[in-house]
Amino acid sequence: MSKLISSVSPHFYGKRTTQTIMLDVIIALLPAAVASVIIFGLRSLLVIAVCIGTCVLSEFLFQKLCKREVTAMDLSAVVTGMLLAFNLPVSIPIWQAVLGSVTAIIVVKQLFGGIGQNFANPAITARIIMMTAFSGSMTTWTMPGNGADAVSSPTPLAAAAKGLKDAMPSYQTLFLGNHGGCLGETCALAIILGGIYLVIRGVITWHTPVVYVATVALMSFICGKDVLYQVLSGGLLLGAVFMATDYATTPNTKWGKVVFGVGCGLITILIRFWGNLPEGVSFSILIMNILTPYISKLTRSKPLVGGAKK
Amino acid sequence: MKLHGIKVPHKKNTAGCKPVRIPVPERVVIPMSMHIGKLAKVTVKKGDELKVGQLIGEADGFVSSNIHASVSGVVEKVDEMVASNGSKVPCVIIKSDGKQEMYEGLKAPDVKDFQSFVQAVKESGVVGLGGAGFPSFVKLGVKDLSKVEAVIINAAECEPYITSDTRTMIDKSDFVFKGIDAVRKFMGVKRFIIGVENNKREAIEVMQKSAEKTDDVEVHVMPSIYPQGGEKVLVYNTVKRIIPKGGLPLDVGVIVTNVTTLAFIAEYLETGVPLVEKCLTVDGSAVKEPKNVIAPIGTPIKDLIEGAGGFKSEPAKVLYGGPMMGIAVPSMDEPVLKNTNAVIFMDEKEATPPKTTPCISCGACVSHCPFRLDPREISRAYKLKDAEALEALCVDLCMECGCCSYICPANRPLVQTNKLGKVMLREYLNEKKARQEKENKEKEKKEAKK
Repeated sequence: MSKLISSVSPHFYGKRTTQTIMLDVIIALLPAAVASVIIFGLRSLLVIAVCIGTCVLSEFLFQKLCKREVTAMDLSAVVTGMLLAFNLPVSIPIWQAVLGSVTAIIVVKQLFGGIGQNFANPAITARIIMMTAFSGSMTTWTMPGNGADAVSSPTPLAAAAKGLKDAMPSYQTLFLGNHGGCLGETCALAIILGGIYLVIRGVITWHTPVVYVATVALMSFICGKDVLYQVLSGGLLLGAVFMATDYATTPNTKWGKVVFGVGCGLITILIRFWGNLPEGVSFSILIMNILTPYISKLTRSKPLVGGAKK
Repeated sequence: MKLHGIKVPHKKNTAGCKPVRIPVPERVVIPMSMHIGKLAKVTVKKGDELKVGQLIGEADGFVSSNIHASVSGVVEKVDEMVASNGSKVPCVIIKSDGKQEMYEGLKAPDVKDFQSFVQAVKESGVVGLGGAGFPSFVKLGVKDLSKVEAVIINAAECEPYITSDTRTMIDKSDFVFKGIDAVRKFMGVKRFIIGVENNKREAIEVMQKSAEKTDDVEVHVMPSIYPQGGEKVLVYNTVKRIIPKGGLPLDVGVIVTNVTTLAFIAEYLETGVPLVEKCLTVDGSAVKEPKNVIAPIGTPIKDLIEGAGGFKSEPAKVLYGGPMMGIAVPSMDEPVLKNTNAVIFMDEKEATPPKTTPCISCGACVSHCPFRLDPREISRAYKLKDAEALEALCVDLCMECGCCSYICPANRPLVQTNKLGKVMLREYLNEKKARQEKENKEKEKKEAKK
């Protein structure tokens, strides 16, 4: 008789793995990907593919070079690639997309210890770096239907900030996404669908997205702005559903998530209404990422110790 | 407030299987430690002729238990064996004569009051049959009976596969209620709660029918969320009280006893036959015909498989108890113990743990822990050998239910680090105590000199 396996309990294992979670996120991102191809044409598919490919490849090569365990196949790099692509304009030069992806994976993720260890969201941080480095191409917004022939047009938020009434799309256009902006952020419908899928699958909880969006809505109302316009435009929904819910860089507790959402909402409003930039979602999430360890510490769940021993 | 838990596959394949008695094994190996507490003292020697129910190990000390011969035959050897926790314990090996003659000295105990009731429970050799193995006479022998507001009968049976308690409720429901009668009569308890998970419909019906005839027994049906049968979880979900850290159910005015333990006590009061056999579930992916079997205590677990149609495939892992908290045994020669309520034979596919990957900080271990511990932080503190952090994280509260490891998408061995963390904390606290005592003594000496 062969030797029996001896291991510590439990001897049953749940079916969910890192890979299945990442697969769920990819599935949730697919509607937005499809929408981006419909809205901006086939070049958006190219940008998404380049970002995914570069992310996976740079993770693989970095881990090989550093003689670390290769986890490039756990699909997390695919998620980062998709999210980064969703944060870029369709006309972005391919080499810039490649550089952005490498930055996201190697600088933001791997140098801090890889999956689960990075303190900032790779896609968001890479986007911010790219916005600083390539401010021209990162703010050239193509009107839908024009393909790669970049015809610059203001995003809905820029239009609103400058008071260009004619350039402000209708609610319906905002909801369906047929306007200028980043690849994956324009179609609110697709993002909401993805978000609902993630909540149903138990990958994320509703707290962060709902609190984040609600804070933005409330503050817009208080500031006398068009509430629905503020909620539907810019990267708010994409950020709230997919980036502010990243496991490693946001709090895990219920109240931590609420605090995180409120913080993101307030910073977004500050930047949108009083800042120099038309959009503040990326910065708000990055700033809250930095505060996450403190929020986690303050909202840590208390063990059930019960009353005093009699 | 709701306690967290997880949904595990039930796999109660054997819920409908009435227990069958297995053929008398050729020999039994009975260790002197089948309970929490001090070892029993061997009272027989090589060559002694024994009958079923004869005392072979005597309770030695306060938390200990009597042990009886489970087969008739001759003592082949008084030996030492390695128990599943790694310690060496004396054991009595009896070669069976196959006759299973009962010991003439067995008679129903004469129980008149609380003292004699506890004495009878002690003599029966019964321990917590749900798995904990805590000597029942210690648990029931409370000093101040007025403290006991209710007795909670643990019939949750939340572990996958196991159905032996379910069978007790169906096949021995009269003994369950006779046990309640005895506790009511001799301990003066006025409230009984039978806590059972809602996946045992037949057993619930039987219990409810009998409970209707009384006015102090309630059947508390709970959702099937593991670990519903954990003592603290059960107490909270039935009477909404939290047992303090390091405390006992009695600290919140209740006693928790397993349903099979209670039924056995009632049976003993009637027949005087001590705990010599166990009804247990034999199941798992390597078993051809999952069954509930009745086996003499000390039966090598390899002899159980005959009763369940043999192996479908070669077992790669064999467990005492269920898959969530069970212990993987080193070999199939290990005996059936008093607190063994199941033996699970797993094939290679079921037994092989998935690969451990890096922690993704998802927080699922925290949000599924019934006691709201943070296994991720605990494992970090353990790796840093930070005992003070372990104390602050309340690692000693962990009951090792396995929810964290089960739910972890990275399959990290969180129960293992919790266990190691508990040991590290205990050693640290012991050292601290010793150091303090030493300091105090030196202080006293100095003061005495002055």
